Amino acid sequence: MLGERGEDAKILSGGQSLIPLLKLRFASPAVVVDINRIAGLDTLAEEDGGLRIGALVRTKTCELSELLRDRYPILSQAAAQISDPIIRNLGTVCGSVAHADPQGDWGSALMAAGAEAVARGPGGERTLPLSDFFQGPFTTTLEPTEVVTEIRVPGPGERSGGAYLKLERRVGDFATAAVGVQVSFEAGKIARAGIGLTGVGATNLRATEAEQALVGAELDEEAIQGAAELAAQAADPQSDTRGSAEYKRHVVRVFTERALRASAGKANG
Amino acid sequence: MAVDEQREHKWLGKSVKRKEDERFVRGRGNYLDDIKLPRMLHMSILRSPYAHARILSIDTSRAEALEGVVAVVTGELLAQHNLAWMPTLSGDTQAVLATDKVRMQGQEVACVVAESPYIAHDALELIEVDYEPLQAVTSPQQALEAGAPLIRDDKEGQEDNRVYHWESGDLEATDRAFAEADRVVSLETFYPRCHPAPLECCGCIADVDPATSRATIYMTSQAPHVIRTVFALVAGLPEHNIRIVSPDIGGGFGNKVPVYPGYVVATAASLLIGRPVKWIEDRTGNLISTGFARDFHMKGDLALTSEGKMLGLRVKMLSDQGYAYADAQPSKFKAGLFHLVTGSYDLPAAHIVTDGAYTNKAPGGVAYRCSFRITEASFLIERLVQSAAYEIGMDPVEFRRLNFIKADQFPYESATGFVYDSGDYERALDLALEQIGYAELREEQKRAREEGRLIGIGVASFTEAVGAGPSKDYDILGIKMFDSAELRLHPTGKAILKLGVKSQGQGHETTFAQIVSEELGIPPEDVHVVEGDTDNTPYGLGTYASRSTPTAGGATALIARTLREKAKRIAAHLLEASEEDLDWDGERFAVKGAPDRAKTIQEVIFAAYTDLPEGMDAGLEGVKYYDPPNLTFPFGTYAVVVEIDRGTGQWKPIRVVAVDDCGVRINPMIVEGQIMGGLTEGYAMAAMELITFDEDGNCIGSNFMDYLIPTAWETPHFELHETVTPSPHHPIGAKGVGESATVGSPAAFVNAVVDALAHVGVRNLEMPVTSDKVWEALNEAGLAQ
Ligand SMILES: Cc1cc2nc3c(=O)[nH]c(=O)nc-3n(C[C@H](O)[C@H](O)[C@H](O)COP(=O)(O)OP(=O)(O)OC[C@H]3O[C@@H](n4cnc5c(N)ncnc54)[C@H](O)[C@@H]3O)c2cc1C
Repeated sequence: MLGERGEDAKILSGGQSLIPLLKLRFASPAVVVDINRIAGLDTLAEEDGGLRIGALVRTKTCELSELLRDRYPILSQAAAQISDPIIRNLGTVCGSVAHADPQGDWGSALMAAGAEAVARGPGGERTLPLSDFFQGPFTTTLEPTEVVTEIRVPGPGERSGGAYLKLERRVGDFATAAVGVQVSFEAGKIARAGIGLTGVGATNLRATEAEQALVGAELDEEAIQGAAELAAQAADPQSDTRGSAEYKRHVVRVFTERALRASAGKANG
Repeated sequence: MAVDEQREHKWLGKSVKRKEDERFVRGRGNYLDDIKLPRMLHMSILRSPYAHARILSIDTSRAEALEGVVAVVTGELLAQHNLAWMPTLSGDTQAVLATDKVRMQGQEVACVVAESPYIAHDALELIEVDYEPLQAVTSPQQALEAGAPLIRDDKEGQEDNRVYHWESGDLEATDRAFAEADRVVSLETFYPRCHPAPLECCGCIADVDPATSRATIYMTSQAPHVIRTVFALVAGLPEHNIRIVSPDIGGGFGNKVPVYPGYVVATAASLLIGRPVKWIEDRTGNLISTGFARDFHMKGDLALTSEGKMLGLRVKMLSDQGYAYADAQPSKFKAGLFHLVTGSYDLPAAHIVTDGAYTNKAPGGVAYRCSFRITEASFLIERLVQSAAYEIGMDPVEFRRLNFIKADQFPYESATGFVYDSGDYERALDLALEQIGYAELREEQKRAREEGRLIGIGVASFTEAVGAGPSKDYDILGIKMFDSAELRLHPTGKAILKLGVKSQGQGHETTFAQIVSEELGIPPEDVHVVEGDTDNTPYGLGTYASRSTPTAGGATALIARTLREKAKRIAAHLLEASEEDLDWDGERFAVKGAPDRAKTIQEVIFAAYTDLPEGMDAGLEGVKYYDPPNLTFPFGTYAVVVEIDRGTGQWKPIRVVAVDDCGVRINPMIVEGQIMGGLTEGYAMAAMELITFDEDGNCIGSNFMDYLIPTAWETPHFELHETVTPSPHHPIGAKGVGESATVGSPAAFVNAVVDALAHVGVRNLEMPVTSDKVWEALNEAGLAQ
């Protein structure tokens, strides 16, 4: 169907972004392809040391998942801060990633966790790392004929910590700024670091330099502040009704610090 | 008309469960959109994308050609019937559909009437309007500059954008007070535009029946009788042939008082087509075009002695009215009751200068849950008082206490001409301070500052003036602001009470039944309350400005007493005793000294139809129009504790203590519900509600992603307390309470945030106090982390 209709067809997952677009007459596709009744797309489980999030896994399921709470706190925390309970009941992780709203929380949280999207289309299956998936506001490397069938997240390792901190004007609001941090430790040092930023750029951003500065270091106060400063520099916010660019950049710094501090305790145990 | 203090209250003061809730919780309410009439058509509105533009042409032909479209109505068509403009409740004019220019973004330009709402909306995209954009005026300051674009060029003699200039108080006495003052403290602040945003938007079904010539209009109106009269005047329909029915209403907060273009076009369309026409407003339509609130730029100066005693108050206010002056308020007062700005203080002199200006924005403003602009007044004085206290180095609470009107000063005539009926401000303040633990909090604040944490304690001691009102001062378009009650007692002892007011969620069906119960001893479940149907209720001015209990509540008590008098004569006949020998115990008439010889009210009512004394007319019913001798003046103190996150500037209420005095409480549970709702809205205004515009006049705040209202998650926990100072003139001693908390609490929240930063010299933060503004203040003070 997607192959035949191309741009004229839209997939419907949770509908929490697509339906508002239709209602506001911003989008008027000729065909809506509802994937909600396809069996087997709702897997949320660890397999071969990594996490699989199927196309129909709802944000609410992630919020309530003990697996995520214990092993992937960054994802569990992000889920709980997305929109409001009614929208979380329906909205899907993969739909959010495909929608690529620069203010969407899933993209940054998953990028920080090192995730990749599995896309399937007429030409077969591809794996797309999220770090270069987001091209611009609401644009991705996905072809119009492709469906995101699942998201894969690498296992966090033995010792890891993570957090997702979001500033919103009230529950149900998109982020003024949000920061997701995921760090894995080996022998007391940082082995892998991921930092994702929300609402402070044309896409979900990855604070690559901050991540690099952390790898190999001990997560002490100096490292934390240095990384937070680099993350703030990576942000490219706009001034709007949510606050000035300067303010948002500041929030990125404060949240990166807080998220890293919250993770520091996990280094040795 | 003193309070009936003869006996203990039997039904007043009881938290009777709300009679109306059964149907609401079962989903069996009957709201406007639930009503479906046979052969009904649907109407949608095309709105202007520009804030200010000349209309060059409108082409409706493609829309008319769409299958299912019955008619497209434009201003030109309405003009042929002299309906292109309509009067506002402030005596100005407002376009029904634009003819010459559009004067705000979202203005109604054309309407489609179609067989289904979907077709009606699809057809909007087929209407082609050619606009020539004009410079938009987006602030009242800009509006009053020389050379500003003239917005109301349609009005003869209107040469600038000024709407009104109005003064109150005594200029000379005030000047003298300032000349004598040791200190003058000033505060300039802006109460931004916000919106009542009721859960249900506006709408109507107009059914003009060609066979009977009767126009039945179902409408989301807080004031159906006044609307009927306005319709009779605007549309030239005979008033007896107009029936306005307000069904269940999902919130109003002042938004559903005015007449809106959608109502008028739907009625005209039904008249022209001969079929019922339904119009249901969408959320964006509601937020961008209907009665907004506030938008007052204010400056207050307080003249003080060196000991901190207030000598005089000077206030300047500039109001942004949008493109039409459409406040729903008493005609005599151009800025509503803003001159209540002297608040709870014994101010020997005051002078208030107010100006209103046209801008390219939606018309208004309505009183969003307040008695005609008192929210703005209360906010200014309660903010100014806190600033003054800091400046003279006094605790804000002690400064208030020093300057309060004292309990023995009532009735108190204020410098701007109000006569406050009763009050005991210190008692309410003391209770709030005791409950929140004020002294300890000040200690904790000090300790917290040493630890690097920022805690603030904010207080507001408000006074409201509600229940408009005495006919000598209060009218809308000349119609005096009385209200009415019609009570019928039926043979088996059951009652029907019909009122001129109209509940939008306030619980009238229970509260007013309890008044009848108190006066006549008929239990509330035996009293059916009818409102909102102009064919079936006595004339009244409607429900807003906390006026229902002060006016219709008074009417209810008095008509019940009149019927009780007649009942007593019947009881005397039944008991073969003289009237003077009978005692009324709240439920029965009994012979003095022989309590066994008694008749219950139900027995007496039955006799009114079966066994009457010679010469007496049958039945027990009557109507009372009640013109209150004065307003009622509820008051209270709100105290709020907040903590600020120094990293992000976010602030959070930790405790909110509210002490309210609304006189005698009829149903305490309903009163508390009103207060909690009002506190929520007060917090909302302080923290997030805002309608703003860019320099082209584009409205920012046109949906619930941009116009923020709090969810249960942010809404603080409220601790409610009360004092009771009855109104001396109200028949049951009650005062209005629907709006106290919206009026009083915004200042308490803002005062608390400012208080957290007062030690570094912060005196003002503009509403809504968002985290980025607080962060900027922290940053400037070197407190940001
Ligand atoms: C009021 C409100 C507040 C919100 N607040 C937040 C928030 O704070 N943070 C946040 O992150 N999000 C927020 N959202 C968005 C919400 O989380 C959405 O549910 C989510 O972004 C999209 O997921 P969905 O399953 O609903 O997608 P849909 O609405 O079904 O689809 C969205 C788009 O993605 C496409 N699509 C969907 N699934 C796939 C797929 N498997 N493969 C390819 N393309 C696909 C659709 O065709 C469509 O174009 C909010 C939404 C609303 C309405």
